[in-house]
Amino acid sequence: MHAAVIVFPGSNCDRDLAVAFERAGAQVSMVWHKDTDLPQGVDIVGVPGGFSYGDYLRCGAIAANSPICRSVITHADKGGYVLGVCNGFQILTETGILPGALLRNAGLKYVCKPVELCVATADSAFTSGYAKGSNLTVPIAHHDGNYYADDATLDRLMAEDRVAFTYCDNPNGSARDIAGILSENRRVLGMMPHPERMAEPLHGGTDGAALFAGVVGQLADA
Amino acid sequence: MKARVHVMLKSGVLDPQGEAVRHALGSMGFDGVEGVRQGKVIELDLAETDVAKAKSTVTAMCEKLLANTVIESYSVEIA
Repeated sequence: MHAAVIVFPGSNCDRDLAVAFERAGAQVSMVWHKDTDLPQGVDIVGVPGGFSYGDYLRCGAIAANSPICRSVITHADKGGYVLGVCNGFQILTETGILPGALLRNAGLKYVCKPVELCVATADSAFTSGYAKGSNLTVPIAHHDGNYYADDATLDRLMAEDRVAFTYCDNPNGSARDIAGILSENRRVLGMMPHPERMAEPLHGGTDGAALFAGVVGQLADA
Repeated sequence: MKARVHVMLKSGVLDPQGEAVRHALGSMGFDGVEGVRQGKVIELDLAETDVAKAKSTVTAMCEKLLANTVIESYSVEIA
């Protein structure tokens, strides 16, 4: 099972994401943003957190138009798996792979703290290791994590069971407490909280590990 | 030829920064400010000399990069 983690100028969670995939049993390649192609045989692409291109223009906007992102879009279009965390989620919405956008936090402040999430669906490779309705604690660290989409899109996400995680206590004003969403084929997950920062005991908890175990396990069996 | 692009959050999208500015103005004694929306202005220096072509190119730039049309609206001025 082969994972590729994209590295943009300003990414700062790329190595954490790579370690989380590795500990779950994946072989990991780091891919520079100027590369035009993903390595052969990649099963899942990780789009990491950080501040790609200094968050200039809009968070994720310039990264979404970088050479490697064209390949990430093609990979997703062909049914490949993608995990975008934090800035990675912002990039996935900017590419249009996932619907909606991430606005400035409602409280205008950068928020960096552990938060409690509710698992809204267990029906995806990413969330199969959790029970629907169960809670997990993982950190958030963002200034622009306020999920926005128009009402029709939000209704559709809910009707199609594509909200993966919600916040138990909404920290940023996100519509319908949304912390993470799935693509239509359930193979792309974008989320603001950082499961890779809560994946081994030294992190202070391991609630995020099941996400990586779930998706790596499912893809390894395939 | 110069182009100026105004990018604003769409009217239905809450603008917390604009709200914070509105509150600050009120507390400074500027009464009667009923709404503040904060956006951005992007100025471009273009080699193009044809106004219509410049407008259509800058519109394409807005659609692809300068604005996120999920949340933002834009307008293009050519000077």
